[in-house]
Amino acid sequence: MTHLSPGFADPVLDAQASFRAILEAMSRPGRIQHIKARITPPAPLCTAAAAALLSLADADTPLWLDAGDVVAEWLRFHCGAPITPEIGAARFALACGTAPSLEVLDVGTDEDPQLGATLILQVAGLVAGDGWRLTGPGIQQEHRLRVLGAPADFTTAWARNHTLFPRGIDVLLCAGDSIAALPRSVTIAEG
Amino acid sequence: MTQIEIPSPHAARQHWMATLARASAEDLAERLATLPPFPEPETLRAPETGLVMVRGRAGGDGEAFNLGEMTVTRCALRLGAHIGHAYIAGRDHAKARLAALLDAALQDSALHQTCMQAVVEPLAAAQQAARAAEARKAAATRVDFFTMATMR
Repeated sequence: MTHLSPGFADPVLDAQASFRAILEAMSRPGRIQHIKARITPPAPLCTAAAAALLSLADADTPLWLDAGDVVAEWLRFHCGAPITPEIGAARFALACGTAPSLEVLDVGTDEDPQLGATLILQVAGLVAGDGWRLTGPGIQQEHRLRVLGAPADFTTAWARNHTLFPRGIDVLLCAGDSIAALPRSVTIAEG
Repeated sequence: MTQIEIPSPHAARQHWMATLARASAEDLAERLATLPPFPEPETLRAPETGLVMVRGRAGGDGEAFNLGEMTVTRCALRLGAHIGHAYIAGRDHAKARLAALLDAALQDSALHQTCMQAVVEPLAAAQQAARAAEARKAAATRVDFFTMATMR
């Protein structure tokens, strides 16, 4: 509790700007957006992941995380989100270390596919124009995205996630202040 | 009106937070000025105003109902190792900041005694006196009806 640091410097404008960046990232899968909010989250949380959770999580979205007590305390204070130890019950899952398998997350139901969880995955780096070939809604030809430190066999797990459509998991990839999204509608092919 | 005393490990803090929340911003600033200045606090949550639903129970144990919404301003500051919180009625941001600053200082064992003596105790005494004066004025207008017991 004594390590608590401030959240967004300007709670309204920073949250709106971050939301806009996430919206851009989600609507153009694989395009890298940058979070401009001034924010110093506790380690190991990166700026982009912190901004995403501050913008999206609230009292109605149970949150699962593997980032330790200091981060949990910080998010509980600034978002008011309940922290759940049960990953299947979480609306948002934050993975800073080893990513959890996509299968343990809630994929929603055919009646309520919007209830599918969002995985916020902190990776080592995001590079555009190289690596995975992404196709799907929001992409005219294809987007290339190289994810440094992506979980092994992520593309296989993603292909399985894609077959569940309209159910499924959405993923936000965060590295430093960069953010890229993989909505459940996107198809990934190895580059 | 009698106050219900709830024994709690946080009773002391509840007492000073309630006293600070009831005081005016001018009173808080005036009393704070008599103390040596605190180090600059870090703002964790700048004062923000919102609505809180006030709920009640008829007779204290009936079904819960929504009494109405109330404007509340909250603030959280960090002073050294201690985090001060303030939830005050109304939209006075300066007062929320002062109350949060004092709450943080009161948790610091080095500052606790001086803050209690210079700020909380005089304010609590003044609030108690104001309540007592109000109660006296109200008591003067009391009408005693004859009851069955006195008639017999």
